[in-house]
Amino acid sequence: MKPSARSDLAGRLGRGLVRGLPLLWLGLFFLVPFAVTLKISFSSPATAQPPYLPVLDWQGGLEGWREFLEALDFENYQMLAADALYRDAALSSLGYAALATAILVLLGTPTAYAMSRASARWQPILVALVIVPFWTSFLIRVYAWIAILKPEGLLNAALIKLGLIGAPLPILDSPFGVLIGLTYAYLPFMVLPLYAVMSRLDPALTEAAADLGAARVRTFFTVTLPLSLPGLAAGALLCFIPMVGEFIIPDLLGGSDTLMLGRVLWSEFFSNRDWPLASAVAVLLLILVVGPVVLFREAELRREEAAEGRAGEGGR
Amino acid sequence: MSLFARTALALALTFLYAPILVLVAYSFNASKLVTVWGGFSTRWYGVLFADGPLIASALVSLKVAALSAAIAGVLGTCAALALDRHGRFRGRGAYTGLLYAPMVMPEVITGLSLLLLFVGIGLDRGIATLVIAHATFATGFVAVVVGARLKGLDRSLEEAAADLGAGPARVFFGITLPLIAPSVVAGFLLAFTLSLDDLVIASFVSGPGATTLPMRIYSQVRLGVNPEINAASTLMIAAVGLVVLAASWLTGRKASAA
Amino acid sequence: MPDSAPPTASAPLLRLERVIKHFGAHRAVDAVSLDLAGGEFFCLLGPSGCGKSTLLRLVAGFEAPDSGTIRLGEADLTALPPHRRPVNMMFQSYALFPHMSVAANLAYGLKGLGLNRAQSAERVTDLLRLVRLEGFEGRRPGTLSGGQRQRVALARALARQPRLLLLDEPLGALDRALREETQAELRAIQRRLGTSFVVVTHDAEEAMALADRIGVMEGGRLVQVGPPRELYERPASRFVAGLLGDVNLIAGRLGPTEPGGVRSVETALGTLCASGAGEAGASVVVAIRPERMVIGGVSAGGLTGKLSEATFLGDRVRYRVAMADGTSLRASAALPGAGPAPSVGEAVTVTVPADAARVLPA
Repeated sequence: MKPSARSDLAGRLGRGLVRGLPLLWLGLFFLVPFAVTLKISFSSPATAQPPYLPVLDWQGGLEGWREFLEALDFENYQMLAADALYRDAALSSLGYAALATAILVLLGTPTAYAMSRASARWQPILVALVIVPFWTSFLIRVYAWIAILKPEGLLNAALIKLGLIGAPLPILDSPFGVLIGLTYAYLPFMVLPLYAVMSRLDPALTEAAADLGAARVRTFFTVTLPLSLPGLAAGALLCFIPMVGEFIIPDLLGGSDTLMLGRVLWSEFFSNRDWPLASAVAVLLLILVVGPVVLFREAELRREEAAEGRAGEGGR
Repeated sequence: MSLFARTALALALTFLYAPILVLVAYSFNASKLVTVWGGFSTRWYGVLFADGPLIASALVSLKVAALSAAIAGVLGTCAALALDRHGRFRGRGAYTGLLYAPMVMPEVITGLSLLLLFVGIGLDRGIATLVIAHATFATGFVAVVVGARLKGLDRSLEEAAADLGAGPARVFFGITLPLIAPSVVAGFLLAFTLSLDDLVIASFVSGPGATTLPMRIYSQVRLGVNPEINAASTLMIAAVGLVVLAASWLTGRKASAA
Repeated sequence: MPDSAPPTASAPLLRLERVIKHFGAHRAVDAVSLDLAGGEFFCLLGPSGCGKSTLLRLVAGFEAPDSGTIRLGEADLTALPPHRRPVNMMFQSYALFPHMSVAANLAYGLKGLGLNRAQSAERVTDLLRLVRLEGFEGRRPGTLSGGQRQRVALARALARQPRLLLLDEPLGALDRALREETQAELRAIQRRLGTSFVVVTHDAEEAMALADRIGVMEGGRLVQVGPPRELYERPASRFVAGLLGDVNLIAGRLGPTEPGGVRSVETALGTLCASGAGEAGASVVVAIRPERMVIGGVSAGGLTGKLSEATFLGDRVRYRVAMADGTSLRASAALPGAGPAPSVGEAVTVTVPADAARVLPA
């Protein structure tokens, strides 16, 4: 090793600890659990404790391992493929998440733009206003919509009073209720990354565009929006991924026929006590969201590298 | 555009706050019915404070939140330091991926897989498993908050300390830690509220005798709107409001001092 | 190179030997060798990105060289971490600890020096007096002005009484008026303490005002080292000539050496006499500082041209003379006295004294 000013033993030990501690924890409680889930998704349900078979017999040695491995099969996945319920749940999860993301883009972009154009005194206040609901209980915020959306709720009462409708609309327990809930709960996740990018744009850019004769709308679509695309992508993925696996919103605001994977997993686990099938649903859900996660990470890394490259050229 | 954008902003804020305001207002409704305003009353707060199981759950939640936020605070700060100060070590991409994945992972997956691990290694479900689970998914959030502050920290401050003869430990505890302390506290508070808030993961990993407040609330609201829960929610919103104010005061004070 | 010999014959305080540092594929410091005498005020001068700050950070220990050695007196510093090096640094951003008082900042480096409480307090008082900040010990850096912060940073870097102090653009953040005053102060403090200073700067005027010797860096290389006047009057390259001040460069072909060491150079403007080395017939440029050009009437003899611009600058006038081949030359002169001053549009002659013209590689 070449002589390095940083090769102090104590320093190296400290650095190892600092880096290793989170790695160890997340490896043990995030990665290993996935491996366990994957394994159980190949097991069969049983009326036992724990409620699945086979259970590895540690005393069985190599023979025990062989028996254990032979007892694993693809039965749960065959069931997922055969039963239209799971396929429909997967498709409708993706559909709800995609539709809600589209609504969020349409609502979040002008919101973030307006925030980034607000005066310097107002900007932190607006940011705080968007963040505070995010700190408030998710469950309670979703629950709050029940009183508004139910047939005898505030929204229907108001609409009837205004004479817009004659009879209450069944918004609660409908796909529309789920979409309202998703949009509502994830709006901060869309607005904040977008705002972060838009507020950092040099105001001189839009001024230059205006100076060159572009109207405000043209300036927005030709300068602001293209430069905000990284924030838009980050926000969209930050919303889309958890929404695919959402449980609370479809459970409280959707009807009993609202199919989403998170809810299917929940009922397989808690109602049917079929742990292996629930694990298989988890694996399916993971596969559905892993694609966007990987894309997101790639884009992040590329951006970071580009930024660091620029910083490196500028320095010393 | 400006008028349109302003309208969108107003709409978004109304959208964000209307349900919360409705909830708070109806917690003071004397009537049990949602659509009928029966006059102002603190009756449901009385019912709430007499609800022994609900208060017991709140205490469980606070305990779990404090412990898991402490662990996540340490782990997240370590991770942020590793990412910001160790340069481009091998596997840095995988490291950040592992750190941030729990933040976006659907909770049903995290909850189920942690439960399966706990059952597999024979760990009894209860406070301990709740703490482990919440610390795991909150670590990334702490790392983000602390990382943002570290990024804004002038590296030459630490170099100056080393130049003046301070070893790595003295640099960290005398210079780095005091300067990032507000963000560590903010990260802790974020982890704390995330833990208080969680229903899905807790439902999987908790055991008998360790029912958290969201679990108790969920079992009630599945049956419909409940004025007692409105009162409990209002109190939680007030508590979170105070925490957010404290956090923004902490970070704001630091920003103006730097 | 012979130029880099220190002014005193004693053993050097700091010795860099073929120090090389890469950032990725970029060679930031390229085989720099340098000797520095005790008590010397040395300036590293160069444009941004030339590697001067990296060289400073290599000496302080914040970067490790890829190869080469760094010695201070008898000790090899190359493998030592920053906190074990007996050199101190004043940072461009000052890097004052915002959460500590001025006194705590000054005392930070005293830990581990074996001073008791009273001695520490006395040292802090001395330092405050040195930089004229008595009464500021309880203040936080955030409440100080730029000039005051600069002085605290200097005092803090001097607290451990280093034999060598490194200063990264120490005056870069100050406004112009404060700068000249602070230059004199910095010089006075260095004289009084006898500490060797290495200052990194991109400002040639500042380097000339401060330094005993200047080292010019270009693209990671130390291209010329010498006293300010020598660098100004006898630059080794066009780069150094241009960095140290305004200069006229006239391309030409070198003639044979004439008696007295004077060389004749054939240029498009005519034959010029200059000093310098090189083989006869080589392509060269002749460098002349504008203030050494003499402008006169047509009768005076010399290069002829037409005065195209005369700019009044208060203490002097700057002229631009359009030459017959389409190039133009710059000259500057003190305000003309009673005599008739040339006016724009007039034909003039420009004479170049042989001792003012310097032959440089093309």
